[in-house]
Amino acid sequence: MRHTISVIVENKPGVLSRVAGLFARRGFNIESLAVGVTEDPNVSRMTIVAEGDERDLEQITKQLYKLIDTLKVFDLPREKAVERELALIKVAANEKTRSDITQIVEIFRAQVLDVSEDSVVIEISDEADKIESMEKMLRRFGIKELVRTGKIALERGG
Amino acid sequence: MEISGAQALLECLKKEGVEIIFGYPGGVVLPLYDALYSDKTIKHILVRHEQGAAHAADGYARATGKVGVCLATSGPGATNLTTGIANAHMDSIPMIAITGQVATPLLGKDSFQEADITGITLPIAKHNYLIKKTEDLPRIVKEAFYIARSGRPGPVVIDIPKDVFVNKIKFSYPDKVEIKSYKPNLQGHPKQISLACKAIAAAKRPVMYVGGGAISANAAGEVKQLAEKCNIPVTTTLMGLGAFPGTHELSLGMLGMHGTAYANYAVTDCDLLIAVGARFDDRVTGHIDKFAPNAKIIHMDVDPAEIGKNVRVDVPIVGDVKNVLRAIIEKVAAKEKHAEWVAQIEEWKKKYPLAYKSTKEIKPQYVIEEFYRLTQGRDVIIVTEVGQNQMWSAQFFKYDKPRTWISSGGLGTMGFGLPAANGAQFGRPNAIVADFAGDGSIQMNIQELTTAVNNRLPIKIFVLDNCFLGMVRQWQELIYERHYSHTNLCNNPDLVRVAEAYGAAARRVEKVEDVKAALEWSLTITDRPALIDFMVAKEENVFPFVPPGQPINEMLID
Repeated sequence: MRHTISVIVENKPGVLSRVAGLFARRGFNIESLAVGVTEDPNVSRMTIVAEGDERDLEQITKQLYKLIDTLKVFDLPREKAVERELALIKVAANEKTRSDITQIVEIFRAQVLDVSEDSVVIEISDEADKIESMEKMLRRFGIKELVRTGKIALERGG
Repeated sequence: MEISGAQALLECLKKEGVEIIFGYPGGVVLPLYDALYSDKTIKHILVRHEQGAAHAADGYARATGKVGVCLATSGPGATNLTTGIANAHMDSIPMIAITGQVATPLLGKDSFQEADITGITLPIAKHNYLIKKTEDLPRIVKEAFYIARSGRPGPVVIDIPKDVFVNKIKFSYPDKVEIKSYKPNLQGHPKQISLACKAIAAAKRPVMYVGGGAISANAAGEVKQLAEKCNIPVTTTLMGLGAFPGTHELSLGMLGMHGTAYANYAVTDCDLLIAVGARFDDRVTGHIDKFAPNAKIIHMDVDPAEIGKNVRVDVPIVGDVKNVLRAIIEKVAAKEKHAEWVAQIEEWKKKYPLAYKSTKEIKPQYVIEEFYRLTQGRDVIIVTEVGQNQMWSAQFFKYDKPRTWISSGGLGTMGFGLPAANGAQFGRPNAIVADFAGDGSIQMNIQELTTAVNNRLPIKIFVLDNCFLGMVRQWQELIYERHYSHTNLCNNPDLVRVAEAYGAAARRVEKVEDVKAALEWSLTITDRPALIDFMVAKEENVFPFVPPGQPINEMLID
């Protein structure tokens, strides 16, 4: 099962490698990872997507707590969280195809960030599967480059 | 008044009660060695290899319960410490490893003798620090000691660049540590304590399974109280030897791969297993699904991550095991002897005692037993290397008190024994410290004989010399069709002459009838180390032996 884990850590040098190293040596594969500072500049929040059963999740949570710089660890089940990823997609475009592409952009509530003679750069911020469907739709025009962030997530309400 | 970072470090160590550090100088730690030169309080022991410094600090910590401190220069000095740091980490030994580092402007530039020791030690230390400003030094040292000795103890590395040693600060040492993200949970949850008491009351065939955590928590007294109050037989892990008296009638000795048959049978048959500061290691459990298959499991440990890591637990209790045991002892109702259970265990003890066959050759087990008889009732610390020597020492010497058994459990580090014996003797100068070694492992840190000789340490080194890398040979015999691939050590140097060259007293013993006198002789040497090279039976095996991955009740007994 795929889990989205929030790890709240002290914002100190080397913390990312402590966390990433822990996943690697305990045999948990990280699918995506996003890190940034929180409302408190001394604290960072990592959102990690990883695969594992309940027992794996329990063990990795406990191991994360053992890191001296870890303040809090929690699992964010999909139904209780809002989730976003961001992707930038550079698609081949000419006079003929540009309007088709723009239509797709509108359907997905994405936006065009840059237009040139032979390409457009599209920004989409959404849940992972939406980004994947849009990518699929754009594929026939020719995707020149694609970059995605890791997932970030917050608990609803509270 | 302002003092240098180096002087400030020494002041911090004094505030932490450090009396002795084990180290080896080098380029970037010169400012620290210069401060040591004029310091009168802290004793610095010059080792001959940094690995020896780390193991000596470790042995000192195990023998005394205090934090051991070792020191090395940057680059190769620091990397030479790593085996010792990993060893302390696996066995949860409180240690501070101080490493020099290249000056901050040179960091990250592949400078001479630069190694990223904080990066290297990430997975093998409890925590580590790179100090970038001298102003941070007192706080970091305070935190490091607190982390090393609290919760589940472990090694903490402090990496200090040369300019941090040189720069001056106005020194003040913090009174308190406040680490928001590190707060070990020391009291067991009352609800869990009640559940444990109920389970103990209901048990008909209980066993306590006690690990090194009981020793680091100084909980041997509580282990005994609970065992006696509720008449619970006790088995210990390799790390737990001494946490319960080996001569006690409730003692089952050690369990696991080379445990006693009766301990392994008792654990397999018990209906309640009370794990105290133990971690269900693969050498203990064998085939994990068949370990204590009929038992309810109570697991108490200060490290929450240990609970549920390897086995499913019925009553988890997170807390310092001394506190947890005390709470249980207070609440639990005393129990009479479990008559049937005791009778069953007695039968196993009679039927499958720890034993070996006496022959004309010197049996390694006999040497250990003889030394036990000779020193019974005296203050003795047994240290071991790793392999057959270690397992026989665990089996044939009875440990009645904690901190009388010092051995590399988790990492299984050959070369640990001699430097650890040095550290133990520094910590407990009046104790008889003996290192049972093999002819393989003794050579892995033989240079530390110099440290022992120069400091007139009367440690005993008993080499059980079978001209083999014995434990590996045993596996080759039993599992690899006697293919003795690279385990024959018959081309070893003459260990007696080697020891004498170092300035130690040394003898070789080739006959059974000379064993006792030689051991007695070693006890008369009080101003330098004494090494005895016992030429023992070459192909003697350690039994019982649970082949790897088998259930622990399916062992080879002889």
